This record gives sequence, C-alpha cells and structure tokens, in this order.
Amino acid sequence: MSDAKLLVKDKDIVVPGEILAVGIDYLPGAGTYRLGDDILANRLGLLMIDGKVLKTVPLSGRYLPKKYDVVIGKVIDILMSGWKLDINSAYPAVLPLKDASFSYIAKGDDLTKYFELDDYVVLKITNVTSQNLVDVTCKGPGLHKLKGGRIIYVNTHKVPRIIGKKGSMVSLIKKATDCKVIVGQNGIAWLSGEPEMEVIAVNTIKVIEDKSHISGLTEKIKEYLEKITGRKLEIPSEAELEKENLSEEHREERPREERRYERRPYERRGERRFERRDRERY
Amino acid sequence: MTRYTKRLNERGFDETRPVEAKAGVIKKADGSAFFRIGKTTAYAAVYGPRECHPKHIQDPKRGILRCNYNMMPFSAEERVRPGPSRRSKEISMVTEKALFPVVHLEDYPNAVVDVFIELTETDAGSRCAGICAASIALADAGITMKDMVAAISTGVIDHQVAVDLDGEEEHITDMDVADIPVAMVPSTEEITLLQMDGKVSKEELFKALEAVKPVLKKIAETQRKALKEKYKDWNDANITTGTTNDLIADTKTSEKVD
Repeated sequence: MSDAKLLVKDKDIVVPGEILAVGIDYLPGAGTYRLGDDILANRLGLLMIDGKVLKTVPLSGRYLPKKYDVVIGKVIDILMSGWKLDINSAYPAVLPLKDASFSYIAKGDDLTKYFELDDYVVLKITNVTSQNLVDVTCKGPGLHKLKGGRIIYVNTHKVPRIIGKKGSMVSLIKKATDCKVIVGQNGIAWLSGEPEMEVIAVNTIKVIEDKSHISGLTEKIKEYLEKITGRKLEIPSEAELEKENLSEEHREERPREERRYERRPYERRGERRFERRDRERY
Repeated sequence: MTRYTKRLNERGFDETRPVEAKAGVIKKADGSAFFRIGKTTAYAAVYGPRECHPKHIQDPKRGILRCNYNMMPFSAEERVRPGPSRRSKEISMVTEKALFPVVHLEDYPNAVVDVFIELTETDAGSRCAGICAASIALADAGITMKDMVAAISTGVIDHQVAVDLDGEEEHITDMDVADIPVAMVPSTEEITLLQMDGKVSKEELFKALEAVKPVLKKIAETQRKALKEKYKDWNDANITTGTTNDLIADTKTSEKVD
C-alpha cells in the first residue's frame, strides 16, 4: 500500500466528477472511472465499497431494458405480426405473435382481440440487442393482461426495495391491504383491491420509494401498515415466501387448457401426434 | 495602465456575484435544477433518454443531446418576443456542444436526452447560468457523465481582467469591454465553450482564461453541493403519516386500468 487514500465513506452520495480515491490501489467499478491515479464517480449515486472496488448504485434515471426482467408494458401500437409496447424506457418493446398467447392465433386475425391499444400487460423481456431492440413474451408463469386496478409509476432503481428480499416487502403490503400488487422492474406497478386499501398500498409504496436506503425498512413499514390499517401483521418468514413464489398466484387466473399446454411444449405434442399416426398406419 | 481600477459593483476582480443552486426543482422531469448568479436565474429540465423524434435525426451509434435555451418574455428589461430567435438558436447549439464532451451517450443508441433551459430573469451571463443549471439537471437525471460542466463569463475591461461581468459592466461604453463566456470540465480543465464579444489582445485573453479557472472550480463545487443537498434529509428514518386528503390527492395522479 503506497499513498492510496479513500476520500469518501461507504454509502455516501457521490456526484459526477467527484474524486473518490487517490492512488492506484483502489479499483473502479460500475459508475466510476479512473483518471490518472484517481478514481472519479461518473454518475449520481450511492457509493458502495467492496474491498478495493468502488462502485456506485444509481438513485435516479430511466429504465434500461435487461434480459429476463419482468416488466409491465402498455400497448401503444399494433403491428403486422405483433404489438408494440411502451415499457417506460427510451426503447419500445415488441411482443411477437408467437409469444403472445397460448391459444392459436390464425393468420389475418384481428389482433385487438388479444391486446387492444392502451392495455397493460405483464411481460418478460426475452432479448435485448446491442441497439436496444427489445423482445418480450407474455407466455410464462405470472405473465398476463391486466384487468381493472390502477397503475402507478415508481423510480425503477427503488423497485428491488419495494419487492424486498424474496418478495417480503410486497407480500407484507398484500397481506395488510388485501390488494393484488405487481411491481415491474421498469418502475410500473399495478395494484387492485378495495379503493381505501388501494390508497394505503399506493402510499406505502411511495414511502418505501422515499426511504429506500434505510436499513430495517421492512420492520418500519410493518409498523406503519399496522398503524394505518389497525391490523396485526407479521413479516412473512422465508419458508412462507418460498411457498408463495412457487404457487405463483396469477397462474390460476388463466384458463385451465392454457396451463396444460405449458406443461406439454408444442414440439413434444407434435412428436406424440406423429407417433400415433405412425402406429395407425402400420 | 488601466482606467478600470474599481468595479462598478464594488466586487473584487476575481469575485463572482452570489451563486445559488438547487437540484430537483421540477417534479415531472427526470432531472432538473435551478441556478442563479446575481440577477440571472436559469431553470433546467432534463427528459430522457427517450425515444427520438423526428426519426431522421436518430443516431444508431450514440444518443443525441438536444438542448433548448429560452428566455422568458419578462426576463429582460425589454420584452423578449416568444419563440426561437437567431440568438437563442445559437445559444442552444453552443450549450449542446459545451455539455456533449462529458455526457456518455453510447449506452443510448437512437435515443435522445432533451434539455430545456428557461431563463426567468437575466442580467448578463445567461448562457453560462444555463449551462451550469443543465449540467446539474443532467446529473440529477442519473445520466452517466464524466464530470460536471461549470461555466462563467469572464471579461476584460480596459486591459483589466474581471470575472463574471454583470449587465452594467457589459454596457460600459467609454472603455473597451470584452465579454468572454467560458465553460470548463473541472477535472481535466478542458474548455468546452469559449466565445468572445468585444476587443481583447491575445495576452489578455490568456490571462483572463488563467484567472477564471479557480473560479470555475468553485462553481463546480457549488453544483456538486446542490446535488448532495437534495439527499440531505436521507437519514431521517421517521415515517410521517400524511393526512387522508394527501393520500387521496396522491392517488389521483395514478392511472385507472379498464
């Protein structure tokens, strides 16, 4: 260790151009860069020190699509063979026909039967190209069109806190208010329940967004919800959460036959049909 | 020898007017800032990165930075005719070029970052105030940038270097006045904006540029402080319960799904 010196503390707010450390013993991580011997921040964020690596966690900014993210999108256009959706980002997502529904969509079919303009849909991002072209799917557990309820916009960087560890925070809100809540990684959240409870849920989410950096937030939110709803709450245990995640609540909202197809992929069914035909022939 | 030995406004020759900055003043924008220097006030709002329209200006290699400088009708002594003018178009362009070198736009191909700068009150140095505000707003919007951009107009009045001319000094007629707006990246001391209006010798220009560097670094500090100030109340862990009216008003901003 030569004359390396750290000029900031862990969890400090850092701003672009701020010198974080001097000397080549520290390493620049995400959101930082090296200039000569110094390490500088290149975005507004919360500094995290991980051994010798300095990185910043962003606090603001628009959503950048990432593969496998579950997001909520709004249909903004209907294309020749799919839909274009706004995912609260600089780049619209395209939902191709084959990823839209488990049921067969005939050629030349009226696509508004499946998704109409201004519909909100829970989607999973299947691919993002270097030019940020986004492909999404609506086939999979928990992915579906949203009916009723309301949409709110939150800071995309606070979404992990709103969901909580293994979904502890969001399941706390669900239990306290009996609302259905879906939070997309892109900062669009959907909730549906009794009007009064919806208001409470919306405000709880706003509080979490505001206080996202405080440790032990789940405990504080529990107290907050108990005070507001007058109910006795318990922070769900890990085993409970695991069970909940397995039995994806939205799965039962889809018709039964769709679920059957999910267990039997299309290719497999084709094969089996072919085998049967073979047997009949010979 | 100079005849300008004492400034009209009683300031020191390397002293700026009082500077005030604030981040996050416009709720609906992705990032915003307020910057005031003396009687010049600039508000900047940043939107994006967002989809770029018109489509033909899209760049598949990197995002576009689009600045818009606008003086409000009531901002100057004489009413400013609303809408773009030759002057405002030029300033929008130089602002864009002053900020471009620090902003990383490679991550946002085909997208655009819009910067709107509105001046509510002007008394010389408005383009510099605009650049300062825009730079804070860009950082507030979470856009990756290697540093802030600090800007100020320096000047040479009858061979005497004076930093941050105000309207009164700019309009001196019995002496030679040169007004030199400068923008700089503090960490590398790169100059990203340099304009000049008036009469100045080469040596005096260099002297003026040398004199303005520490001033610009001080302005960059103010800008950084403004951003940190926004998160000052962070460690207040108390959750205040709003009134019922607050709660209802808040939900009105959300959207109903059919």
